[in-house]
Amino acid sequence: MKRLKSFLTSWEALLVLLLALGIGIGSVLSPYFLSGFNFYALTSNIMEIAIMALPMTLIIIAGEIDLSVASLLGLTSVVLGLLWQSGHPMWLAIGVALLVGLVAGCLNGLLVTKLALPSLVVTIGTLALYRGLAYVVLGDQAVSSFPTAFTNLGFGTIPGTELPWSGLIFAILVVIFVMVLHFSRLGRQLYAMGNNKEAARFSGINVGRVKLMLFILSGLIAALAGVIFTARFSSARPDNAVGFELYVVTVVLLGGVNIFGGRGSLLGVVLAIFIVAVLQNVFSLLNISGDIQSLAIGLLLILSVLGPNIARRIQVVIAHRRLAMGSSKQV
Amino acid sequence: MTTTSQEVERAKQRSQVNQARLLGLVSRVRELGLLIVLLLIVLTVSVQAPRFLSIDNFEQILLSVAILAIVAVGETLVVLTRNVDLSVGSIVGFTAFVTAYFFKQLPGSNLLLGILLGCALGLVLGMVNGLIVSFGRVPAIVATLGTLYAYRGLVFIVSSNTTSQINASDVPSSYLALATTQIFGIPALILIAAVIAVIVGYFLHASQAGRQLYSVGSNPEAANMIGIRRDWLVFAAFAASGLLCGLAGVLWGARFATVDSTNATGLELAVIAAVVVGGVNIFGGSGTILGVMLGAIVLGTLQNALNILNVSQFWLQALYGAAILGAVVLDALITRWVQRTILSRRKKA
Amino acid sequence: MTNPPEPIVELIGIAKQFGGVQALRGVDFRLFPGEVHALVGENGAGKSTLVKILAGIHRPDSGTVKVGGEVVELRSPTQAQALGIAVVQQEPMLFPDLDVAENVFMGRHPRDRFGRVNWKRMYREVDQLLASLDVSLSSRTPVQGLSVAEQQLVEIAKALSIKARVLVLDEPTAALSSHEVDELFAIVKQLRERGVAILFVSHRLEEVFTIADRLTVFRDGTHIITAPVSQMNTEEIIKHMVGRELSNLFPKGEAEIGEVVLEVKQLTRPGVFADVNFQLRRGEILGLAGLVGAGRTEVARVLFGIDRAESGEIWLKGKKVRIRSPQQAMEYGIAYVPEDRHQQGLVMNFSIASNVTLAILQQVSRLGLLDPRRERKIASAYSSQLNVRSAGVEQLVNALSGGNQQKVVLGKWLATNPSVLILDEPTRGIDVGAKAEVHRIISELAARGLAIILISSELPEVLAMADRVIVLHEGSVTGTFARSEATQERVMFAATGQER
Repeated sequence: MKRLKSFLTSWEALLVLLLALGIGIGSVLSPYFLSGFNFYALTSNIMEIAIMALPMTLIIIAGEIDLSVASLLGLTSVVLGLLWQSGHPMWLAIGVALLVGLVAGCLNGLLVTKLALPSLVVTIGTLALYRGLAYVVLGDQAVSSFPTAFTNLGFGTIPGTELPWSGLIFAILVVIFVMVLHFSRLGRQLYAMGNNKEAARFSGINVGRVKLMLFILSGLIAALAGVIFTARFSSARPDNAVGFELYVVTVVLLGGVNIFGGRGSLLGVVLAIFIVAVLQNVFSLLNISGDIQSLAIGLLLILSVLGPNIARRIQVVIAHRRLAMGSSKQV
Repeated sequence: MTTTSQEVERAKQRSQVNQARLLGLVSRVRELGLLIVLLLIVLTVSVQAPRFLSIDNFEQILLSVAILAIVAVGETLVVLTRNVDLSVGSIVGFTAFVTAYFFKQLPGSNLLLGILLGCALGLVLGMVNGLIVSFGRVPAIVATLGTLYAYRGLVFIVSSNTTSQINASDVPSSYLALATTQIFGIPALILIAAVIAVIVGYFLHASQAGRQLYSVGSNPEAANMIGIRRDWLVFAAFAASGLLCGLAGVLWGARFATVDSTNATGLELAVIAAVVVGGVNIFGGSGTILGVMLGAIVLGTLQNALNILNVSQFWLQALYGAAILGAVVLDALITRWVQRTILSRRKKA
Repeated sequence: MTNPPEPIVELIGIAKQFGGVQALRGVDFRLFPGEVHALVGENGAGKSTLVKILAGIHRPDSGTVKVGGEVVELRSPTQAQALGIAVVQQEPMLFPDLDVAENVFMGRHPRDRFGRVNWKRMYREVDQLLASLDVSLSSRTPVQGLSVAEQQLVEIAKALSIKARVLVLDEPTAALSSHEVDELFAIVKQLRERGVAILFVSHRLEEVFTIADRLTVFRDGTHIITAPVSQMNTEEIIKHMVGRELSNLFPKGEAEIGEVVLEVKQLTRPGVFADVNFQLRRGEILGLAGLVGAGRTEVARVLFGIDRAESGEIWLKGKKVRIRSPQQAMEYGIAYVPEDRHQQGLVMNFSIASNVTLAILQQVSRLGLLDPRRERKIASAYSSQLNVRSAGVEQLVNALSGGNQQKVVLGKWLATNPSVLILDEPTRGIDVGAKAEVHRIISELAARGLAIILISSELPEVLAMADRVIVLHEGSVTGTFARSEATQERVMFAATGQER
């Protein structure tokens, strides 16, 4: 475990460095960077992605993937909006939205576990299906009149601080997920499954049931993100959060989680979330279009895997050279 | 006893031929099935709206999926090798923008030059993908996810430094004509897509390299063992995909009145849908261009049908999703059934 | 006057080591064209290492390889093939999505003058090839649906089409029915007539007598003897195969044998094993002997809930039970130490502690949260009890030697406090010292009252440890011996399906 820890630490160490670099550059470039308001802007923007990245981390570590999360966000947002618009009380609207997320996640999970279908293809299909259903439900309309109490939840801050309510929710979720992944029985099972599905099965772990639960959880959290998103923008539209799923996966991979499963930590993912948030923030402070950061994110993602690969190859080449030199010395 | 061993021999031969027929049929079931689905859609819709069943309309359908089909051909090459290219939308958008901009800035230049520029750009972007996956050993999902973002970012940078939008009035009519010309009464776009499909389909069937692509996806280790140059083949597949995306981008710019930095965002979804519905195994090793073309046509027909039946276009994406899920579930069930049948037959024999 | 034939393959002084275990110790070996040469020996004798060296998969640590009289360095499978050596492994390496013809010709498709793949010619040539082997397979059949036997035939056709001079068959008959074996042998005879040199690795002595001209016996990585088959008989061969001193194994301690804990009645899985009956008592070590593919692991898998039997009954402590999953098996007190510790027994990237506690996570957690101190305590306890040599329980298991890894797996299952412990090849691939230790541990466990099923292909191990031995051959029980009756010859006879 020590060796594993030391490896993880070195990737996280790099992330900490990157984060510090980003914050440093930001504070140099703009006097507003370290202001409380900026902190608020920085965090509130990334919260939905951040929240969805938590179950995504677990799913990827367990050896699967869920690309339907953003579509689910849109669907639940739309359901929420529709119910509210048609006169139902807010708590009911929120409840049903969460339920929709749960059921949709269950569908994902059943297709993957009962029919043994690859999660990549299944969730690409449900990505389209759920987004499509969102359009069917609301068409090209939007619901934009929401009670202030609700919208305050989205963009309001905890009184006396600059921390948005969504940030608090995220913080609580982080604590829970860290407990689960790094300290609980379930977390150990996830790492086992992601590393060696057969050995996990041979150890009495019910791989199918655990994965089903993960997908249900992912759906539920996506629905929660949908609620927060709707509150923040005070708008329920079918095209809410289009494309977010790739951002979520990027953040998880950037955090050091291996796409093939079995490796990674939430610490890395949280760091990666903030690195991306800082990047977004710095770019907007510099009035650079938020989309140019796509280039930076894309490069970061590729380098996060390419870098270690190249480093390893160099190590192997050096080792071989040393061996060759060593043997020639013996002669 | 000779008689019994002869009988056993004959029975074996019969079962052998039957098995071959069964499995051969199953692999062709996909194309047949797609044709049947197509016919069903056509029949049910034309009953309610007779104008669906017109050559004009059919031409419309083909036109609407021509560009998608070109990209899908490239994606097929990549998926056959057990990889995936998620960056196709970004490459198409990039090349569309650059080509349109080229024609806007240099309106007198040779049409062919502009086309080659777009294709070359696509080729380069595809080769970068290939390098990262093949030689950088980065998993294709991660690599092309990264380039999806990176290339899209590049388009934004280019567009913010040049012009944010290129309109039809900005480019020479000869360029726009690419999308509207007809040859022998058939729109050039459809012909181009058809020619590409035929060429690549033929390549996959008739060339050594094409067959080796299948082997790489079917069993990468076995391919390695017999000395097949897996890395180069995968690199070439990504390069080809980029090239075809480049061509698609050139045509995109000609076809759509306005070109900006958001072109073709999300195209990868439709492309993967066409590929999966078309019967290409997401794990590589099997699938045909014919199937993918049929898949694209089925999806295009669905869209057209929605239009004609005045069903809101909002059902389209949901249908895409249902089509992908349906195709994959059906494949899994058929595979299970086939395996069970083979096993039970073997037990009896 | 004819010159004595030149060997087509000559190995001189070949040695190969794998992580501390000497697989081959300076062996010499000669293969002549037009002969069928059988290579026999027990598990771990070095047969598959030799095959892999010929296939170009492994490079020998020392020694010379000559092919066709010239010294070569077999650096890769491609090179071996170019030299005319074709190897049919136990697991055929084919392309499931493609048809037979393409599998035979992949990478070397026949082409027409335009460079296009000539499908007609390919199908015709492969059909001819298959017909010449008297095989009723069609070249257009997708490989996916083929049985193991048919896949092997495809591999052989492949070998023929590259005009192989040497054909190596590694345990080809392990998964074949007797009818399929006859067909295979007819082909082998044909090839011999054509001058191909055939190396036939097998456990099954009756087959050796049917098909081979000469035979070589390996034992513990050493070449023991090579002789014409006509000059040998079964007893002699077995003696050469197993003729080691049994004294260096740990003597079994005495254990009190108690009541029946497990009873298996007429357990059947069609095509895998049939009508298996036995009883297992407290403190007893029941040896399950037999050759690879005899069905022993399959029985264990059913007992552990991984597979399901089609008919028959399992009784635990006097109650009939249905075991539907590993979880259920564990609840019933059954533990299974699997054959393949890399794929099934351990999570290689986990620490010793994490592996040891993987099956008892509930016990090391409170309210769902893991208690690392308890984990370490339990892991340390088993680690020291089993004498696992490591840098501490936090060390990753992939850094341990094979023997220590196996002990970790043992510890994992002992931690579940089972009443029935199934050990599947527990000393495979570990060195002699660790072997003795594992045997000592097994003996102690029996003394403590555990009921143990010991599946092993190593005769000395089975004979030294077991109170009773059941022998399986092709899925059926062919022999039951009490400790006093069991001898190597008797067990080997039953394992090879001989009548006595």
